[in-house]
Amino acid sequence: MLTSVLLLADSRLPSGGHGHSGGVEALVERGLLADVNDLTCFLNGRVRTAGLVVGAFAAVAALSRQEWPRWDWERWDAALDVRTTSSALREVSRAQGSALRRTVRLAWPDDPGLRGLDDIDQPHHPLVLGAAVAAAGGGHEQAAALAVHHLVGGAAAAAVRLLGLDPLRVTAAQAGLAPLADDVTAQAASIAVRAVADDDPDLLPADTTPMPEIMAELHAAEEVTLFAS
Amino acid sequence: MHRDDLGAEPRGTALAVAGRRDRRNLRIGIGGPVGGGKTALVAALCAQLRDELSVVVVTNDIYTEEDAEFLRRHAVLPDDRIRAVRTGCCPHTAIRDDITANLAAVEELITAHDPDLVLVESGGDNLTATFSYGLVDVQIFVVDVAGGDKVPRKGGPGVSRSDLLVINKTDLAPLVGADLAVMRADAERVRAGRPTVFTSLREAPQVPDVVRWVRAQLATWRPVQAM
Repeated sequence: MLTSVLLLADSRLPSGGHGHSGGVEALVERGLLADVNDLTCFLNGRVRTAGLVVGAFAAVAALSRQEWPRWDWERWDAALDVRTTSSALREVSRAQGSALRRTVRLAWPDDPGLRGLDDIDQPHHPLVLGAAVAAAGGGHEQAAALAVHHLVGGAAAAAVRLLGLDPLRVTAAQAGLAPLADDVTAQAASIAVRAVADDDPDLLPADTTPMPEIMAELHAAEEVTLFAS
Repeated sequence: MHRDDLGAEPRGTALAVAGRRDRRNLRIGIGGPVGGGKTALVAALCAQLRDELSVVVVTNDIYTEEDAEFLRRHAVLPDDRIRAVRTGCCPHTAIRDDITANLAAVEELITAHDPDLVLVESGGDNLTATFSYGLVDVQIFVVDVAGGDKVPRKGGPGVSRSDLLVINKTDLAPLVGADLAVMRADAERVRAGRPTVFTSLREAPQVPDVVRWVRAQLATWRPVQAM
């Protein structure tokens, strides 16, 4: 089980993540993120907001495994849609979800939960991730943890590439954020348990801040960018 | 480098084989270092083949839309037959280690146009770049004479193992002191019988040798889809 879940945690998992900067490129272009301290501040905010949201949705997907294929995917998918106010970010999440689905469907071809995803047009990334963690034998807490982990890791890797930051210092910054990420993960997981028990997507968090949403829209309108988001 | 990356058994995976049988379209990867003439070759192939075949292009240039703009400016293909994939500063990753974004772009174009031929152009990279055979069926590696006549000797997976090696800009050989005979001999030595062609896209933009090779690939492709 652990090895399978670690496959999903690996940034080398072929699922399109390397082409996304998690909002970092738009900030770098505008001089709003220039060093490791800026990156740490940015990630601190992202973990508390977007991290809580994607973690909770990934945990929901992992928890709902027993329900599949009868699980009402679209209702939860729509719940994540309304929590993602930037249409550019919604598209990014769906593109990454589709890419991940392609990979995990081949990796666990007989898993009924993942097979159930075939009918969804462009599923959101956190939900596919949660489903994949369940297929790999992991639990909802691990699903939440991986969602937060990729949110941080994608942005950190992009910052290294765009700014030539010292990758060792960036890793140290990620290590410094890990306790916060663990807290947020635990919070996301317990919220997900309640939401699934009550069968109520409205119980899930909707935390966000305006800046990443605005940046995502500006990025999508740019003529020349290195990252897809 | 991992042995699989060298493409020793490029078509060995069950997935790639199953994919071939299911598809009517041939996917050709076009890779190579910056400035060798990849985009010019794609444009030339489109111009030569578009009247008889349905052709689409996915471009991975590091500056995203730039190559697509080149193809549009030269009006070789309508806009809706070209997709640009952004590779996050890693053109190499997008054609080899994580091909998912390119696969998505290819599938969009196939859904929209049901093409005979899909050209996937990598972003400019270095001599270690190579396409995954999960993304393309055959690949062309483009280098140029101006990069120095020792390039074929250096090898690397693109030079050594690509299905066709194109050595472009032969018109510049006298200007840069490159010896084409040396390049030919070195290419033959490292390529173990795989074909190499010399081109000057400036002097002969119809690239007859490359077009002939592409036609031969299409000819051997079609019997497979009839199975």
